[in-house]
Amino acid sequence: MIVRFVGFGGQGIVLSSYILGLSAVLDGKRVVQNQSYGSESRGGECRGDVIISDQEIYELEPTGHDVLVAMTQPGYEKLVVSLKPEGTLIVDSDLVIPDAGLSPPGIRTYSIRATELASKKFGRKIVANMVILGYMNSLLSLVTVESLEKVISQSVPDGTQELNVKAMLEGIQLAMKDS
Amino acid sequence: MIDKSRIQYLEQLWSRTHFLLGDEACAYGAIYAGCDFFAGYPITPASEVAELLAAELPKAGGLCVQMEDELASIGAIIGASWTGARVMTATSGPGFSLMQENIGYAIMTETPCVIVDVQRSGPSTGQATKPAQGDVMQARWGTHGDHEIMAFAPSSAQECFDLMFDCFDLADIYRTPVIMLMDGEIGHIRESVTMLEPSTVKRASRKKAEPGEDLFGGPELVPGVMHYGEGASIHVTGSTHLPNGMRDVTTPRVHDELVRRLYRKIDENREKIIRVETDISTGGNARIGVISYGATARPAYGAVKAARAEGRDVDFLRLITVWPFAREQVTDFARNLDFILVPEMNLGQISREIQRFADCEVISVSKIGGVPHSIDEIYQAIMEAMR
Repeated sequence: MIVRFVGFGGQGIVLSSYILGLSAVLDGKRVVQNQSYGSESRGGECRGDVIISDQEIYELEPTGHDVLVAMTQPGYEKLVVSLKPEGTLIVDSDLVIPDAGLSPPGIRTYSIRATELASKKFGRKIVANMVILGYMNSLLSLVTVESLEKVISQSVPDGTQELNVKAMLEGIQLAMKDS
Repeated sequence: MIDKSRIQYLEQLWSRTHFLLGDEACAYGAIYAGCDFFAGYPITPASEVAELLAAELPKAGGLCVQMEDELASIGAIIGASWTGARVMTATSGPGFSLMQENIGYAIMTETPCVIVDVQRSGPSTGQATKPAQGDVMQARWGTHGDHEIMAFAPSSAQECFDLMFDCFDLADIYRTPVIMLMDGEIGHIRESVTMLEPSTVKRASRKKAEPGEDLFGGPELVPGVMHYGEGASIHVTGSTHLPNGMRDVTTPRVHDELVRRLYRKIDENREKIIRVETDISTGGNARIGVISYGATARPAYGAVKAARAEGRDVDFLRLITVWPFAREQVTDFARNLDFILVPEMNLGQISREIQRFADCEVISVSKIGGVPHSIDEIYQAIMEAMR
């Protein structure tokens, strides 16, 4: 399973991929996490890839992805082509409008209002990535919720653990409503 | 002898689940292997080595200094090594270029030290954030004059951790600089890393000279050493010197004996230094083999597995020690083969070395531009060669 997150620096893209990766490690999977970002500390294009497998991983920079989580329009437009047939696209609908002409045929698209939900429910749109993480995991059962909770708690700044875990759980709720 | 504060530090570290960048794994490996002193200057993609050591090494009783540049960094570790400390610096291509003169100085003065080069795409500033394996020959011949060198190429974050023990031990045993030849790909992937229980850690140490003994020559290939502050008068010079360390830059025999001994102490111990990993296909009838190293060994092995899944016999060899070159192992590996493919992220630097020792055709599968080989690219090259 190859998951790619794309957005701009500051949205927690690399953090999301780190959390997903470490959660899978805790679940006993083989994992390679890879990231790329511009030299800007905020605002540049930012990517995080996670490869999760039961077997040894030989390809460190995969060319096709099973899941793309896009949190910016340019990121979506640039990378949606690398989704495998029958892949899953998850976008923050406040930030990305999927284009039927661009997305490869056969993929499943989920548009969720993560940023709006994060800011309305928690007053902090910065936790939109956690909403998406919970949503995606509920949809695809990549890792156990227990590992996800544990890793979020140890990976986010002190004092924000509860907020981040709640936002992830909110994402799970949302996915359950959608399905 | 492992310092008490180091033991305490490792005790709280080792049993946790570690999900680390190759760079971070390398830094933790250095702490485990007993690095006392790190001096460096930040550069992508090696900065995380220095970042982690700046935060963690002092907690483990060591010292980390950010120097003004790479010349100063290697100068500082060479000086610190002569106090008996285990020392390291980390850089990437441009910084590695700046360090070359002092690598020669460390070779000539028989100063143990570890130099980490996380290779990026060059020449010059090149593609600063993109991986490459273009410094392989620079690691071998970057400093001037006749010399031998040791270099290791990890293929996983775990190996970035593990190989630091070899680097520090071999530096001490042979009194020489050792190069940890990482690449930006391995340095910047994150993988699970298992650490050792601190009480099981074994470290080699430098052979101590008796008082009055020569520190730069004598009957053994590797002379014993005394450090500053241990009571001896020590003269350390990069100029040609007598066994007692004093300069003699005009007597041909003195230079000949010194430089040949420096060469022989590594060359004649190849067996103890060289590590390779081979996976010979079960059929035993392979006509084709693949040799790779570092990050490229991962997709290379993936391609070998893919070819085998199609019923093709393909042998595989991974160089863990890049220098000294595994010439006997390569000759052996090549014995029944018609072709050897050599994927690497440069224009064929190791493939030419392989050709010198393999009695078969060697095909370079080179790639530059900052994107590693895919499994499919190497698989296609194997299929092409079989046709």
